[in-house]
Amino acid sequence: MNSAENMVVLQNLKKHFTGIEALDGVSLTVKKGQVIVIIGPSGSGKSTLLRCVNQLEEKSSGEIWVDGERLTRNSKQLDKVRSEIGMVFQHFNLYPHLTVLENITLAQRIVKKISKQLAIENAMAQLKRVGIEEKADKFPAQLSGGQQQRVAIARALAMNPKLMLFDEPTSALDPEMIKEVLEVMLDLAKAGITMIVVTHEMGFARAAADEVVFMDKGQIVEQAIPADFFANPKQERTRLFLSQILNH
Amino acid sequence: MAQSVSTSTRPPSIRNSPEFREYILLKIKTAPWWLIGIAIIAVITAVTIATNQPFQDAFLFIKAGLGVTISTTLIAFVFAMVLGLLTGLGRISNNTFFRNLATLYVEIIRGIPMLVLIFFIALVGVPAIVAGFKSLGVWFTENGMIGIGAWLSGFKNNAVPMNTRAIIALSFTYGAFLAEIFRAGIQSIGRGQMEAARSQGMSYWQAMRYIILPQAIRNVLPALGNDFISMLKDSSLVSVLAVRDITQIARLYAGRSFQYQEAYITLAVMYLTMTVLLSFLMKFIEKRIQKNEQR
Repeated sequence: MNSAENMVVLQNLKKHFTGIEALDGVSLTVKKGQVIVIIGPSGSGKSTLLRCVNQLEEKSSGEIWVDGERLTRNSKQLDKVRSEIGMVFQHFNLYPHLTVLENITLAQRIVKKISKQLAIENAMAQLKRVGIEEKADKFPAQLSGGQQQRVAIARALAMNPKLMLFDEPTSALDPEMIKEVLEVMLDLAKAGITMIVVTHEMGFARAAADEVVFMDKGQIVEQAIPADFFANPKQERTRLFLSQILNH
Repeated sequence: MAQSVSTSTRPPSIRNSPEFREYILLKIKTAPWWLIGIAIIAVITAVTIATNQPFQDAFLFIKAGLGVTISTTLIAFVFAMVLGLLTGLGRISNNTFFRNLATLYVEIIRGIPMLVLIFFIALVGVPAIVAGFKSLGVWFTENGMIGIGAWLSGFKNNAVPMNTRAIIALSFTYGAFLAEIFRAGIQSIGRGQMEAARSQGMSYWQAMRYIILPQAIRNVLPALGNDFISMLKDSSLVSVLAVRDITQIARLYAGRSFQYQEAYITLAVMYLTMTVLLSFLMKFIEKRIQKNEQR
């Protein structure tokens, strides 16, 4: 469990909502520097899995280790662990009452207690990284969806996270904006950031993933490197899923 | 962004065009014609007070209560806001005790007429608390803590003036109303905002303070303004405690001079003037906020 090269270890993780087993005994290990892409039909539990890693969703049972630390319900510990895990949401969830720059500096200042000067420098560096430093003084509503999602990525990166979680980051975007976000994510993957990505973008999975995880009905059905996963999936359920999304 | 037609339509550049005609017609349709009614009332009243001796006397007498009416409303509203915000947070709290306490308070206040509440808080609630302080003081004295004991038993009913009791009563009443406004405001902010803030490591209270409340309060500002205007009007109820606000003074004047018409017309116009001015102020503030949001 506490092997120094593991970033996330999930052990027999279960989560039930009323009447539904969203996660039905999931075990998964993510090594440092790895990019894991999780795919699966909707309702398969992939978002719930992601949200359990930083405990936005409280687990029902099972164990979660992040960077060797076992997660408890201790709120101090959770706040600290969360500050070290960046999360990017399907609907961006930028703070609409704050400028782009304030969106990125706020948590640095009140969570990590970084000086205003340093927070701004850091924010500008991250905005440059995602290619929209000229939008620093705009409000989120003035940006396109793709630009908003890149701000959200910069906001997460500015906390200098050990791990980045992406929850269907391109699902709410117009088709012509998907590329700009995927390019940023591909850059991050190449830079060696540990990432868990829930997505329907198979191109991204092929290009960036170290491993692809296929989930269905709250369980991991198959887990393989992208070349094997797409070329010769072992499970019947995986084949069916892939044939439905690839052949049309 | 929902917006009324009149503010979003700009005048077409070409005059005498059909568009221009349409624009003018729309302007005529949506203009605040009721303001003419208000203006007529204002002019007639101003002229009457200036030229008619009995009305002038009534106005000069009653205006002595303006300070009390305004200060009672302002102070009570500030306390009601604090109480309302705390109660609103309690209503959505995960803590069973605070959630139920807040709900109990809101339900009790909502179920009792305001006039009855004002009597109750001022004439039953406050004396009971003073009596409580006194017996606490006796207990402290008996147990050797003479200093604090003497201080507590020193509390007297008449040490709490009726003005203060009126403010307490209004604060408690409106605290419950404002709590529902704050609760609705907080719940109007999408779950994603709290999740984004928590995912960055902010505590619940940090997320509330920096992310949720600034947006929630901006959303409920019109409702808060409405309640402020309502409170100004309801402050007239404190006249039943013989607090010398404009209503009480108008009653005194009418009773003494038998000039009922002069007293109550003047009083009504005074309230109307204040509430109309306040609702203009509110509209102005709302427009400013809308503009800010469209940056």
